[in-house]
Amino acid sequence: MEMEGVQMHLISKEMLEKMPSMEKLRMILDNVKEGKIVVLETGLTPEEEAKLIEMTMLEIDHENFIGIEVESYPVKERSMFSKLFGKPKGRLTVIGPANRLKTLEKQADVIKALVQV
Amino acid sequence: MGLMLAIRKRFGFILKLFFKKDKMRIGIYGPPNAGKTTLANRILRDWTGDVIGSPSDVPHETRRAKLREGVKIEVDGKSLTIDIVDTPGLATKIDFHEFLKYGMDEEEAKRRAKEATEGVIEAIKWLDDLDGVLLVMDATEDPFTQVNVTIVGNMEARNLPLLIVANKIDLPNASPARIKSAFPQHPVVPISALKGINIDSLYKAMAERFG
Repeated sequence: MEMEGVQMHLISKEMLEKMPSMEKLRMILDNVKEGKIVVLETGLTPEEEAKLIEMTMLEIDHENFIGIEVESYPVKERSMFSKLFGKPKGRLTVIGPANRLKTLEKQADVIKALVQV
Repeated sequence: MGLMLAIRKRFGFILKLFFKKDKMRIGIYGPPNAGKTTLANRILRDWTGDVIGSPSDVPHETRRAKLREGVKIEVDGKSLTIDIVDTPGLATKIDFHEFLKYGMDEEEAKRRAKEATEGVIEAIKWLDDLDGVLLVMDATEDPFTQVNVTIVGNMEARNLPLLIVANKIDLPNASPARIKSAFPQHPVVPISALKGINIDSLYKAMAERFG
């Protein structure tokens, strides 16, 4: 018997580090538009998050795709040294289609979400 | 990304210590219905006597960014001149069905939804041309939305000054404390833009943060 459910893609830190930003965002959006949930081990940078929102807006068709739901934690405060020389790093992030993934509760270090099958 | 833009983003805050701008361009950001236009109108009414737009209960009422230049704010002998950009509400999803609840027909709701998506893109594009941000949050709502996290993250990545405005404190279930604990690294000013409560504290904070 075939099992029904929502497909989830869990993408490792190693794979994310190898991918250029646009390739990463395209992969996320293509999967989410197919109804899949994407889990990123290290998440996105704030600039990538903004770009993802921008790309999402361009692809909303008001019929099948109404946007995305993103669950991620706030970026931790960075030291002066990392502000100058480091790259801002995202934390674990879950992205899904807005009509399937719903945030229930979000705290500093805990996110509760509902996935509709 | 251009090299100059990358350098500006990374080292801009050091340059700002030495070269102060005469005029700061401040963006008013936040999710839909947080009270951005009400706040922009309050600031303009207090310091110039006019308004920037019409606030509404319908989400995404502002679908084009509006710029008002040269607003002079004076607090405790300190003077600050700002350009105000009232931006469309940021969102990760826009469902035209939401607008049907406000009595629109399907065609009008879809048109509004399309304009709202364009407004979100415009608001994001403005992030590259600002010197600071007033991030307006509805103090009756959960502050940990993705939109708030993304705006705060982008301001931090650009090293731009950010002031969080905990709006709607006139409502009984408002909790500015929840916003303070969600974003402890940034100053939070509780106000009611509609009723003008604590608005002088906001001007004082703006003069300190952006002046």
